[in-house]
Amino acid sequence: MSFIVNLAGILLIAFVIWWFWIYKSRSEANAGGDKIDIIVDAGVYEPSLIHARVGKPITLRFIRKDASPCAEKVIFSGIDLSADLLVDKPYELSFTPENKGEFEFTCQMAMYRGKLVVE
Amino acid sequence: MVTENKKETAASKLPGTVRLDVPDMTCAGCVAKVEKSLRSVPGVKGADVNFADLSASVECDVSPDLLIKAVSEAGYTASLASPGGDSSEKDNAELIHYRQLLRLTVVSGAISILIFVASVFGLLPPVETGAGRVSWAIVSALALFVLIYAGGRFFTGALKSFKHHSANMDTLIATGTGVAWVYSTFVVLFPTSFSEIARHMYFDTATLIIAFINLGAALEMRARGKTSQAIKRLIGLQPKTARVLRGGEEISIPIEELLIDDIVRVRPGEKVPVDGELTEGSSYVDESMLTGEPVPVQKNVGDEVTGGTINKSGSFLFKTTRIGKDTALSQIIDMVRKAQNTKPAIGRLADRVSGVFVPVVLIIAILTSLVWFNFGPEPVITYMLVTTMSVLIIACPCALGLATPISVMVGVGKAAEYGVLIRRGDALQQAGRLSAIVIDKTGTITEGKPILSAIEPAVGWNEEKLLAVVSGVESNSEHPLAQAIVEAAKGKAITPEACESFEAVSGHGVKAVSGGRNILLGNKRFMELNNVPIGESGLRADELSRQAQTVIFASVDGKAAGILGVSDPVKPDSKEAIQRLRSSGIKVIMLTGDNSATAEAVASQVGVDEYIAEVLPQDKANEVAKLQGRGEIVGMVGDGVNDAPALARADVGFAIGTGTDVAIESADITLMRGSLHGVSDAINISKATVSNIKQNLLGAFGYNSLAIPIAAGILFPLTGMLLNPIIAGAAMALSSVTVVTNANRLRWFKP
Repeated sequence: MSFIVNLAGILLIAFVIWWFWIYKSRSEANAGGDKIDIIVDAGVYEPSLIHARVGKPITLRFIRKDASPCAEKVIFSGIDLSADLLVDKPYELSFTPENKGEFEFTCQMAMYRGKLVVE
Repeated sequence: MVTENKKETAASKLPGTVRLDVPDMTCAGCVAKVEKSLRSVPGVKGADVNFADLSASVECDVSPDLLIKAVSEAGYTASLASPGGDSSEKDNAELIHYRQLLRLTVVSGAISILIFVASVFGLLPPVETGAGRVSWAIVSALALFVLIYAGGRFFTGALKSFKHHSANMDTLIATGTGVAWVYSTFVVLFPTSFSEIARHMYFDTATLIIAFINLGAALEMRARGKTSQAIKRLIGLQPKTARVLRGGEEISIPIEELLIDDIVRVRPGEKVPVDGELTEGSSYVDESMLTGEPVPVQKNVGDEVTGGTINKSGSFLFKTTRIGKDTALSQIIDMVRKAQNTKPAIGRLADRVSGVFVPVVLIIAILTSLVWFNFGPEPVITYMLVTTMSVLIIACPCALGLATPISVMVGVGKAAEYGVLIRRGDALQQAGRLSAIVIDKTGTITEGKPILSAIEPAVGWNEEKLLAVVSGVESNSEHPLAQAIVEAAKGKAITPEACESFEAVSGHGVKAVSGGRNILLGNKRFMELNNVPIGESGLRADELSRQAQTVIFASVDGKAAGILGVSDPVKPDSKEAIQRLRSSGIKVIMLTGDNSATAEAVASQVGVDEYIAEVLPQDKANEVAKLQGRGEIVGMVGDGVNDAPALARADVGFAIGTGTDVAIESADITLMRGSLHGVSDAINISKATVSNIKQNLLGAFGYNSLAIPIAAGILFPLTGMLLNPIIAGAAMALSSVTVVTNANRLRWFKP
């Protein structure tokens, strides 16, 4: 009995590591194009991985569904971009990436997380 | 780095459309009533009421006052939609959310207390009996109701982020309370499969935690509202209507309808609606709300007036030059809002930690439960459950994530109140660490506008005659020194003598022919080159330049006619401001293109530590770099005109604005008030904000790293103490409120 419980616990830990870290990087919702709708709801940006190209204008249309104050801001780190979102009022953020790299975008307290990959 | 253009999706504005906010419509029936009342106003062509955002757009050519009156006669209140309409919408949405949180708190709190009292005082029969099982089943259902009604969003959120391989606060709360409910319900269903002492139920724990978290969220929301007060105050500065002259009549229109080149009347006590140039009348205008400068500024014809400032005394007319999004006030609002969203480097660690926080806590929770399973006392399952729940509930990534941005919000807003506009979060952090400040003299220490400060005619000349000739020549020149002389002649009502020819000699002066006479104006060397005997005036000239005056020699037909001294007066508070910087341990270095005599004169007058004279504009950045090479953290203060490279090179670039130039791109910080005190203000606000962030980070990190082990039961082997999961819930709820409240303390800071 005690062996089974311990094994279950260890398996559960392994599962947490696999599910939230290892598997995550392979499965992120992925999007490219010039105009992308991003739904902000229940703790996640959907899609959360955005592909863009240097010099090519892109429009991210954030649609906030979550009324909790966590969701009200989108802040890009490494690029001078941010937006204040209103519930159910889509906000269009248009810009032209000028440098290659990976830029995280998060809510104010970094619980919502997404990544912009500029190639 | 990026070019940005943003659009908020908003209703298109027709010419002659008035937008009203009608906040107290509660049903579709109200919509019809409000529309009817608006359409009954003569001159209204159409009225559309939008129930979703509680607004009405009215196509008409009547004054909004009449519309508001009509709506109020129908029993509703209406007001002109503000141009920052999104802010009132935001307030509205926040209020609705806040009220909902309170409602959830009350409902879940009331039910929790019922369950709590029933369990603690043993009011219900034991679960092993038939009657007991029925009554506990009812309790279980009640608790489930609370979990779904007041805590449903945690479960849906947790599930949704789980599907996306991400975990957040919701995950922790849902797992913690979910485990409590599932275990307790098992006890109700199969009491005999648990040993007698393990037959404890945790319905009250689950529901109380939900109640506490809702209460915490509501409190946090309230406190957060205060953090954005500075920006709300700025938005509130914008008047809603303007009194414009159209077709020879003065009419009041919403400011969204103002056009460029409109002539607008501002009466005493009224706010200037947009930016423009005064065309008639004069007055004193209070600009303190934008610049922090308490003394009202005199405005005459030709002066700039800024939207949002208050006309104190006379009535005047002005021509609009910037409207809508282009006004200084709109740009300030935009800039502050953007800066409030940036994160200084100090917050990056917390971001990285909060990114992996939740899965780590999940792992700690599992480990906790294994340790208690293997090494804990009987009943093992009870200890496992209590500690695991406590760990899940007490961990609070929110406090960690909020620590930096919430202080930045308040700090940047506070700075704006003092006329200090911060562009980047990093500048906010760096400003407090500066060890040396380089100040470009012109326009910062001095007014930047030279005036004629000495005039000494030679024998055979008098002041009037000399000034008439010299100003006649100089009126052909654009040079600031020339302008000072022309202005002085104007001030003394001396008519300049027209001149027939004019030639500038680079680096030396000008040659001109006036009334048939050959005139030379320029420096000593210019006179020597042209063999003009300067005699004793050379000594006098040296004396003047020791007083920081630039000396101009005048000669007529090869004979000395006199000397003129022009100087750029030192601002009255420069000395005090520089001493303030020095007394806080910062080295102050003055940089100037002037010759060393002038530079030394100004330097000793204001008391800087060092000065560097005869610096060419392109070399300013090098001087900054040299200081950085000596290990100094350098701030550069300039007027943003020809010192952009130096401002960019410095660790923090300060541009001293002249009231309306808010968007000085090259500067990290713009000082709206034309005073050097702004630098100290910025530094002090920066220090206060950074220490506030540190307190928050320390608090949040400290809280989590102390609370989690205690929740896991680390004190149990020593003291036999275990944390009640209910207390864990309360602590978690309070932790983020505390962070926000601490950030709010910054609002009372005085630099």
